[in-house]
Amino acid sequence: MKTLKIEELSKNFGATEVLRKINLEIDEGNFLVLLGPSGCGKSTLLNIIAGLETINEGNVYIDDYNVSKVEPKDRNIAMVFQSYALYPSMNVRENMIFGLKQAKVSKEKIEEQLGKVSKFLQVDALLERKPSQLSGGQRQRVAIGRALVREPRIFLFDEPLSNLDAKLRVEMRREIKKLHQQLKTTVVYVTHDQTEAMSLGTNIAIMNHGVIQQNDTPENIYNKPSNTFVADFIGSPSMNLIKGNLKQSSDKISFVVNGSNFEIPINGYNFKEKSNLNNKEVFFGIRPEHIFFKKSNETDFEITLRADLSEYIGHEQIITFNYENQEVLAKFPSTIKIELSKDTKLYFDLTQVSLFDAKTEERI
Amino acid sequence: MQGSLQSSSYKQLEQKSKYTNIFLRWFLYFVLILFASYFIFPLYVMIVTSLKTMEEIRQGTLLTWPSGLNFDSWAVAWGGRGYGAGDTYLKPYFWNSIKMVVPAVFFSTFIGAMAGYVLTKWRFKGDKWVFLFLLFGCFIPYQAILLPMARTLGVLGISNSVIGLVLVHTVYGIPFTTLFFRNFYVSIPSELVKAARIDGAGFFKIFFKILLPISTPIIVVTVIWQFTQIWNDFLFGSTFSFGEAAPIQVALNNMVLSSTSVKEYNVDMASAIIAGIPTLIVYVLAGKYFIRGLTSGAVKG
Repeated sequence: MKTLKIEELSKNFGATEVLRKINLEIDEGNFLVLLGPSGCGKSTLLNIIAGLETINEGNVYIDDYNVSKVEPKDRNIAMVFQSYALYPSMNVRENMIFGLKQAKVSKEKIEEQLGKVSKFLQVDALLERKPSQLSGGQRQRVAIGRALVREPRIFLFDEPLSNLDAKLRVEMRREIKKLHQQLKTTVVYVTHDQTEAMSLGTNIAIMNHGVIQQNDTPENIYNKPSNTFVADFIGSPSMNLIKGNLKQSSDKISFVVNGSNFEIPINGYNFKEKSNLNNKEVFFGIRPEHIFFKKSNETDFEITLRADLSEYIGHEQIITFNYENQEVLAKFPSTIKIELSKDTKLYFDLTQVSLFDAKTEERI
Repeated sequence: MQGSLQSSSYKQLEQKSKYTNIFLRWFLYFVLILFASYFIFPLYVMIVTSLKTMEEIRQGTLLTWPSGLNFDSWAVAWGGRGYGAGDTYLKPYFWNSIKMVVPAVFFSTFIGAMAGYVLTKWRFKGDKWVFLFLLFGCFIPYQAILLPMARTLGVLGISNSVIGLVLVHTVYGIPFTTLFFRNFYVSIPSELVKAARIDGAGFFKIFFKILLPISTPIIVVTVIWQFTQIWNDFLFGSTFSFGEAAPIQVALNNMVLSSTSVKEYNVDMASAIIAGIPTLIVYVLAGKYFIRGLTSGAVKG
């Protein structure tokens, strides 16, 4: 039984297609993050799961029960919004129990739930306050509390941290993580922040233009991006995508950039399909953090490139190298001295490489 | 050029700008006082005249101070002289106006709030057109609807009645009140409505429990606007009612124009002030709540 299952779901607003044939499944207790740039349809998808938007095609199942045409209140879900959406005229207590009162839960049960949750979230001292008298973090906590008291099957979070300042955001992120570890409720969480996605999710679904690009664990998203969009979207700075060709001779296979003498051996790469590789135009993907200034593994490939630009960002520095007029970024500790406009020896960690077809932009 | 200026010329400049500032400041006060007196002058004349006897009015000038606080003309304006036919006074018509203005303001405000709520939070196909046509209602001149409205009231059997006037003012007020509430609710995040829907609240519950309690500022604005419009209306009142059903502005007109013998300026002035007092009260009372509503910051969740 899947806690949430989305099947062949499509949605359009008039002529604009917002979601196209979305398929998604979440197991009990998992934390799914919907990640993507603004306008990719992730919030619409969340609203559809909540029942706040209608569906054009496809179905949504909660616990194997088709809820596509079920009212939001009957879906056994709770939602936390970006603007908190606390009812301004009610105090914290009234805000938190509003849903239970609508559901005609008994007074004793309401009080019990309220006491438990408010203590758990440390808002029990704030119960008589109005939302306007709370700080951003407190409002966030109350909003989560309002969702918690209903003991839903699925929690939906719609960019809940983006209204907070940077420091508070990191704190609240940890609290949400703790919350999930303790309650083990299934979560669907929408964000455009990759750090949030990586640190919170047990699964990340990366979306672009209404299509899920990759739905995988954070590790696989980071290490084995399924196409150039995912490779480019995740990581800061993002993955270097170096254009070049594959060269295959007998059982040796290597990557060559036009005009360069370096032949990067990629025998160890785990190809999806090994045929027709010779002369294939590809992107050679390597993350800035997988380029080293000294050899650390036997398999590291030594290459000499000219350093063009240095960006100091405190604990580390980002150096831009020139590889036959393509930019290659590398991340080094800031203690290393790199001389600009000079050839520098670099080491590519070949175990961390990704290859993409230059035409389809898919991983090969 | 810069840097070549000597300290003495700096001093000169400083002196010069100081005098310019003083001159400008006094000029500003002069203009403000001039306009203030220009606006206060008619009110002064009205109050002073209403407190004079006819004898005093004939002998003195417009600006002469009254000999004492003489409220006789106010009593006449409000309650009449007490002799039979032809004695017109404001009291019954004042209550006519109250009976008209209270329900008309209530219904137009309430319907406007509902319409604004639907147009912003329960969007439907073609809602933009509905709003556009409502806006159109704001620009139709009063005179254009007199005949069709008279016919409608006749068919409904409520011409020359307070109920008829309530209906006219409610209908004519809806475009304005809807516009006010729509513009207010547009700025309220729709996430509030979404949260309430997930919490299980329906259409009316969301309106009454979530949105209406935070609408105080716009309710006050709408009430002030509608009250002023309806209370001060003369055209609808004089067209759709006559005799005993007339609102106060019509009665005021009749009083002032129908005097057969001598023009009693003091009574006329007192009547005009009485007819204007309720609007003033609404401004003073509601204005306070208006400011409070704005400053409480209750809207931002």
